[in-house]
Amino acid sequence: MNPIELKYNKDHEYARVNGNIVTFGITNHAQESLGDVVFVELPDEGATVTVGKSYGTVESVKAVSDITASISGKVIEVNTLVFDSPDLLNSDPYGEGWLLKVEADDLSPLETMMTAAEYEAFVAEEEH
Amino acid sequence: MVGPKRTPLYEEHQAAKAKLIDFGGWEMPVQYAGVIEEHHAVRKKAGLFDTSHMGEIDVRGKDALAFVQMLITNDASILQDGKILYSPMCYPTGGIVDDLLVYRYDLEHFFIVVNASNTDKDYTWMLDQVKDFKVTVDNVSDQYVQIALQGPLAETILQRLSNIDLSKIIYYTFTHGEIDGVPCLISRTGYTGEDGFEIYCSPEFGRQLWRKILEIGAADGVQPIGLGARDTLRFEARLPLYGNELGREITPLEAGIGFFVKFDKDDFVGKEALQAQKEQGVPRKLVGLEMVGRGIARSHYPLQKEGEDIGFVTSGSFSPTLNKNIALGLIRTELAVQGDVLDVLIREKPVQAKIIPSLFYTRAKR
Repeated sequence: MNPIELKYNKDHEYARVNGNIVTFGITNHAQESLGDVVFVELPDEGATVTVGKSYGTVESVKAVSDITASISGKVIEVNTLVFDSPDLLNSDPYGEGWLLKVEADDLSPLETMMTAAEYEAFVAEEEH
Repeated sequence: MVGPKRTPLYEEHQAAKAKLIDFGGWEMPVQYAGVIEEHHAVRKKAGLFDTSHMGEIDVRGKDALAFVQMLITNDASILQDGKILYSPMCYPTGGIVDDLLVYRYDLEHFFIVVNASNTDKDYTWMLDQVKDFKVTVDNVSDQYVQIALQGPLAETILQRLSNIDLSKIIYYTFTHGEIDGVPCLISRTGYTGEDGFEIYCSPEFGRQLWRKILEIGAADGVQPIGLGARDTLRFEARLPLYGNELGREITPLEAGIGFFVKFDKDDFVGKEALQAQKEQGVPRKLVGLEMVGRGIARSHYPLQKEGEDIGFVTSGSFSPTLNKNIALGLIRTELAVQGDVLDVLIREKPVQAKIIPSLFYTRAKR
């Protein structure tokens, strides 16, 4: 159920690559673990994000989680819908619940990310 | 290594695929269907809680009333058989050991319900206070399963299983009766801001009762509720939580539960310190906060005014009923002015919040 065209990291975030534009979001497993998402904080359009560094937070009723960037680059679009409807991260994490679109400086960090199959194995292992 | 403790209902939670967490040494369900859904179920219909982790302590003997009076700040002398009292229990400093429910069986037998994570501490504390009182104090926590059915439909649902008229059990009273043939202590109390019952029975009948109540209430929308929604429910109703609003370094006068400190009764532990604090002026006050800026204030986040520390957040959350981000904070009394704006420090960043009445939610009375 994790889309095969995406790349995944160990913080349960995904990257959708389209040319040099990368869309960030959290995985289905992440939203299930967090529970009802009630607040999302994201950088403004035009800000820069750095690979491996926190660029915002996702908060559920009970927990606060940092979200980290999969690649470095400039934010070209922010999904402002999630500010008023943070539950989109729960209902459609790979679709309407996306977070940022980033113009990548360098796509090479994506090579260290997991495929859907690798990510599913990683989740299974983490559960035990 | 001793593993986490489990209640007699543990296997029911597992079977229901609840998400389990460690809570004060107990492996407890934090959510089943989801915190927000569960929260609304309790406000609109009814929800069932496993509260077996709570502690129960029996006080018996000739001096039981005098002993309880010494122990707690509220006045137990006004209790009659079958009535219940809420009270803080304080240290000589006025700081809080725990908050309790005191059930009077009769003048020589009181049944005290305490917070799960404080049970051992409370029991030891009570034993230390016995001194010359002619009482025995027993930790009987293992002898009970405790289940809470809370919500506007609680009475209707539970009545189908009970041989007694539940409408006769008024708020803060209890009685003994059968539920599904099981002998129970049934009390009209709760920790959600809704009408409802807390039910105590022998552990061997716990799973039977749990299943039966869920089954008989299924058509009415009753569902099991985890600790996540228990916290948001109690928070909206300004019911304090030990470790958040209450603690060793916080007095009942500061925590907004001064109503339960009765200075006109005889001596009790903490009386002198609390009297002095009252006369000199209570330094801090618990206030309600509504976020003005974007963000959620969480427990222990600092509160500031013009860059100066003025207190801290005791509890904060998204409120499912109000659909807002709200908090409770303990701040310097002179700054506790309704409508004033202060800053919550969220990850080092000041975010504005407005002081509002702290009773965020009250249910419509029948």
